[in-house]
Amino acid sequence: MSAAPKTRPKYYDLNLAHLPPPGLVSIFHRVSGALLFFPALPVALYILHVTLGSQEGYDRWAAFFSRPAVKLIVILAAWGYAHHFFAGIRYLLLDLHIGIAKAPARSSAVIVLVLGFLAALAIAWCIW
Amino acid sequence: MVKGYAKNPVGAHYGTGDWLLQRLTAVVMAGYTVFAFLALILHRPPNYAAWKSVFSEMWFQVGTMLFVASLLYHAWVGMRDIIMDYVKPTSMRLAAEFAVAFVLLFYLVWTAGILWGR
Repeated sequence: MSAAPKTRPKYYDLNLAHLPPPGLVSIFHRVSGALLFFPALPVALYILHVTLGSQEGYDRWAAFFSRPAVKLIVILAAWGYAHHFFAGIRYLLLDLHIGIAKAPARSSAVIVLVLGFLAALAIAWCIW
Repeated sequence: MVKGYAKNPVGAHYGTGDWLLQRLTAVVMAGYTVFAFLALILHRPPNYAAWKSVFSEMWFQVGTMLFVASLLYHAWVGMRDIIMDYVKPTSMRLAAEFAVAFVLLFYLVWTAGILWGR
């Protein structure tokens, strides 16, 4: 009979650069989700509230959005949304057991990372 | 042998329900995202009147409301997952969960106000 289980060595490699692509997709999915909850969601609702509320509010935000720093924030927010969107679709497919083996799961993770980045680039091209 | 033991051995399935609804709401939001994105890209509302008229369309209002309602549930499950992972003391965890739930309900009512309250 064995006594109390031996303590096993724990080693969590939390260095993002050492994570395989599915791990990167996963942690960015969580981080982008949290950031979409706060601050993105209340800010988006506030902007909707003000821009739909009055002509002055619309003009104020239109002027605000023409600033490069604000455009940069919009692009970052779009990146977060796009990554969450594409990673979410990948998880839905994995839930349906599509692409669940190691090799396709790895390549779909790379595709998700690339698509998120490309979507952010497209938004940047649209608004700049 | 104990016969007639009626209790479901794998629990009440609250987790499964949340898991499934998180995915269903994701599908609703993904659909709205594509549809709203295309609508805004095609129309590109150039001024206040056009911007306002987009949001006075019945189907756009209902779609936006459905999106935010889905978001409410989706974000609740997601934020609760995050809170359960990192906030260990029960009192703090409950406080954080309460704050998230309260804020999300506030957003839901706010959205209805933005869409129909003017």
